[in-house]
Amino acid sequence: MPEIREKVDVCVVGAGHAGCEAALACARLGLETVIFTVSVDSIAMMPCNPNIGGTSKGHLVREIDALGGEMGKNIDKTFIQSKMLNQSKGPAVHSLRAQADKAEYSRSMRKVLENQEHLTVKQSEVCDLLTEEYNASSADSDIATKRIIGVRTFTGAVYECKAVILCTGTYLKARCLCGEAITYTGPNGLQPANHLTDSLLSLGVEMRRFKTGTPARMDKRSIDFSKMEEQFGDEKVVPFSFSTNPEDVQIDQVSCWLTYTNGKTHDIIRANLDRSPIYAGIIEGTGPRYCPSIEDKVVKFADKERHQVFIEPEGLHTNEMYVGGMSSSLPEDVQLAMYRTVPGLEHCKIVRNAYAIEYDCINPRQLYPSLEFKDIKGLFSGGQFNGSSGYEEAAAQGLIAGINAALSIQGKEPVILDRSQAYIGVLIDDLVTKENFEPYRMMTSRAEYRLLLRRDNADLRLRKIGYEAGLVSRKLYEATVRKKKLIDQEIERLKNTVIGAAKENQQFLTAHNSAALKTGTNLAELMCRPELSYELLAEIDPKREPLPEDVIEQVEIEIKYEGYIERQLRQVEQYKKMEKKLIPADLDYNAVSSLRLEARQKLIAYKPISVGQASRISGVSPADISVLLVYLEHYNRSR
Amino acid sequence: MKTDTIAAIATAMSDSGIGIIRISGDEAIQIADKVYRNRKLQKALTKYESHTIHYGFVVKEDESVLDEVMVSIMKKPKSYTMEDTVEINCHGGVLMMKEILMTVIRAGARIAEPGEFTKRAFLNGRIDLTKAEAVMDIIHAKNEFALSSSVKQLKGSVSDKIRGLREDILYEIAFIESALDDPEHISLDGYQERLSDKTDSVLKELDHLLDSADDGRMLKEGINTVIVGKPNAGKSSLLNRLIGEERAIVTDVAGTTRDTLEETISFGGITLNMIDTAGIRDTEDIVEKIGVEKAKKISEDADLILYVVDSSVALDESDREIIKMIHGKNVIILLNKSDLNEIVSENDIYRMMEDIGNQIDTKESYHDAKIIKTSTKEENGIDALTELIKEMFFHGKVSYNDEVYITNMRHKEAIMDARQSMLQVRKSLEMNMPEDFYSIDLMSAYASLGVIIGEEVGEDLVNEIFSKFCMGK
Repeated sequence: MPEIREKVDVCVVGAGHAGCEAALACARLGLETVIFTVSVDSIAMMPCNPNIGGTSKGHLVREIDALGGEMGKNIDKTFIQSKMLNQSKGPAVHSLRAQADKAEYSRSMRKVLENQEHLTVKQSEVCDLLTEEYNASSADSDIATKRIIGVRTFTGAVYECKAVILCTGTYLKARCLCGEAITYTGPNGLQPANHLTDSLLSLGVEMRRFKTGTPARMDKRSIDFSKMEEQFGDEKVVPFSFSTNPEDVQIDQVSCWLTYTNGKTHDIIRANLDRSPIYAGIIEGTGPRYCPSIEDKVVKFADKERHQVFIEPEGLHTNEMYVGGMSSSLPEDVQLAMYRTVPGLEHCKIVRNAYAIEYDCINPRQLYPSLEFKDIKGLFSGGQFNGSSGYEEAAAQGLIAGINAALSIQGKEPVILDRSQAYIGVLIDDLVTKENFEPYRMMTSRAEYRLLLRRDNADLRLRKIGYEAGLVSRKLYEATVRKKKLIDQEIERLKNTVIGAAKENQQFLTAHNSAALKTGTNLAELMCRPELSYELLAEIDPKREPLPEDVIEQVEIEIKYEGYIERQLRQVEQYKKMEKKLIPADLDYNAVSSLRLEARQKLIAYKPISVGQASRISGVSPADISVLLVYLEHYNRSR
Repeated sequence: MKTDTIAAIATAMSDSGIGIIRISGDEAIQIADKVYRNRKLQKALTKYESHTIHYGFVVKEDESVLDEVMVSIMKKPKSYTMEDTVEINCHGGVLMMKEILMTVIRAGARIAEPGEFTKRAFLNGRIDLTKAEAVMDIIHAKNEFALSSSVKQLKGSVSDKIRGLREDILYEIAFIESALDDPEHISLDGYQERLSDKTDSVLKELDHLLDSADDGRMLKEGINTVIVGKPNAGKSSLLNRLIGEERAIVTDVAGTTRDTLEETISFGGITLNMIDTAGIRDTEDIVEKIGVEKAKKISEDADLILYVVDSSVALDESDREIIKMIHGKNVIILLNKSDLNEIVSENDIYRMMEDIGNQIDTKESYHDAKIIKTSTKEENGIDALTELIKEMFFHGKVSYNDEVYITNMRHKEAIMDARQSMLQVRKSLEMNMPEDFYSIDLMSAYASLGVIIGEEVGEDLVNEIFSKFCMGK
């Protein structure tokens, strides 16, 4: 039988937020890339909430942008409302969130993909991964036993390639539940991918089943907004991307609306719990705790009298409104009754029902931090397939998987961000090191060095890495280098500008409710006072040169929070010591008899790349780490 | 801030003539310089040559003299650890050694982990390759002991208090973090005042704990000694003999002691927590069964086991059970009722041990087991027993006291760290810093306190956030 056989470099399976970043990264690094999707119309689709960003997720988007990814640029082109969250709090937790015009977001990303050199979009279901036996050369301590050589689609076409990146989202053996009604489809009724799981299982990949859910969408015309609080966007919008001109994002914004559930809502939910697939035990998958369904909220927080409900537009050219805070898998009739108890929704008409979705994904401990499978050379993965959740988490992994697939083909070292470099580093380290029992969501509390990992300095942290990988242009990189230089020079200047106890200085301080000077000091010291700022100090700083706003922002943060930042830097120093102690992948833990049994089993299962990573595996104690250090020393010396 | 310079007491923790506090690491000399003064009470340490020894004093932060000492300096790489090392030879009183070590800790060193000097010696190339296995075993063994003893030795009330403090702190972090993560659902308005009150009360509690750590009140006193044996072997009588009063119920009916009894006795400077247990035998009686299970459990955690054998009754299955249970423990076997017709001899016991030892495949063995003949009725052998316990104690067989002191100091160091972090929280509050700065130091305090009760941070915070606060879309 004749069949199509093509030769490319990389196959990306899935065109969601992970797949798009992965494919773009590979193509931009010059590799012939095909991106497969079950529906070209669903490229970069947002099947759940209509936002990009939010706390910690906004950080991810900035980091993706700094590394040369697309998400930030795309949302800047297609947002319809934007808000900086946590502005009253410290700079490390300021976080940008934008409402997207979903259809525009998808269309715009599709355009980027379609116009990308070296990239082909292909509507087809990938059913099989093709591999061959692999024997690593004895020089490296590779433990892979198989190597990717291609994929086969449902129609029988074979694409030979050097790397595959799996970004299948929630499509693998997907099943949607709306009360008793169960459909075997992907999100939004799209065709699921039912074959790839078996191929993965036959390659020895460990699979698991997760679930997530989404609330109903309503017809705008059926909602009474007069009973809700209007939520506006920020007056001055800040873009996500470092490359976007801030003037281009000052657009007319749409509003969101806030309303609340009440006792009646909760009564209806409680009375119908037996019809919820989760409480009736029909759902097998594990759901996320941070995205609880309204059923969960009512059961687990029984003493709360009301829960917030955000009504958000799904786009400019649709009447559909997203009902944030009320995802559910209750049956259609219960949903309608429950939604209609909420002020403003009394006469609501549902366009799409809320539903829960179950899907196959992997236990990500099978991956290296490069997002390559330990056992299968050339196989990478990202997004919900790895057990995460959220568009931004997916895009971040897709980008890293894409970069590393390309670097691996080019015979270069992978990009591995650590926990002190980026939220992306925290995200991936958590996924591949910790035991995750639910879809993983990024949270600021997961980043232990978050004072250093701010949204405002993502370029200073990561541009260089993006440039070295080949995704960031020389021009952009040099701009960052110049910015850094300006920041350092200005901080230096402020520290060396002496302010004496002269009369005009004292007058200035008194005028701003600041304590008078007893002896001379410098401008940096004065800036540390809560009541003073860089801007205010201009009055007693005549030698100041005008500087760009983003430079001033860095100068201000680095001086004001210097003590805290320094403490974190010292912690990072300690942390890095252990990260730098690498463990050969073929180390035989059974030979280390002094390791406790539990630790030995965990280390064998996870095969950590460094002592640092080993120390974060649950069940590995500090004493085990000491033993491991001694063994490694022994191992290295006897070689 | 912790530096990588470590310190520990290098000699046995007994009231011997001379004690040595060893300090090793990059800053060993600078740290020792903060606490050492020469005979003119001046700082002088940094001027001394390597491998010299000097007379002088150890002083506290307020320059008050703690002890008269000899200090030796060994600069790297010519020291045991191949790092800069300072050894302070002081008067060997236990209290004085502790006091000096804590002064050194406050000056910037941290207490060495079990086996850490040896580990460093190895990692720095001082110990040759063939010893790697032995080094790992030492680290493993010492840590296992420290881990199990650290929590075990803590008084119940103290560990409850620390757990309570940690819960309080974790709640505050979770509250802050959930508000940072979900600012539209959870507000921090007016929170500073609440946290300020909480910080003060936590600091007060920590000060209390530090005080009680100072005089050792945090720890249980004494060697946990468990008496085991078959019913009516004379366990309770033994306890009574040692205590000197009729405390346990003693009858001739087998199985009278149905639960465990606890007494504290002291002799020759040693304190024993004596725990009498129900006799071990295959039993159908529910109440007694619970007692037997408990006895087995207690024996697992015991520092010393006294196994009482009725030498007038032949060994049976129950004895086999007991011998299995005491495998690898510090144990003294008492052939009791020596006043009656002896059926069981020392050799019978040894033979049974050898038999069972061959079946159990571990490194431990019975070779430390001691056997003495006693008659609790006629008080024969009781003196021999007390002598034996003393001997085991002074020869370090029962290393209880050293470990207790070290554990206590570790606890104290951890509480000092927690206190430091809470002070930083207070400072951030006073400076009116944004809320996200508080949780950083609260987390450090939480982690430090966890060290004391042997709990790591792990996923605590994320779990607390989701269980206490309703988050998300």
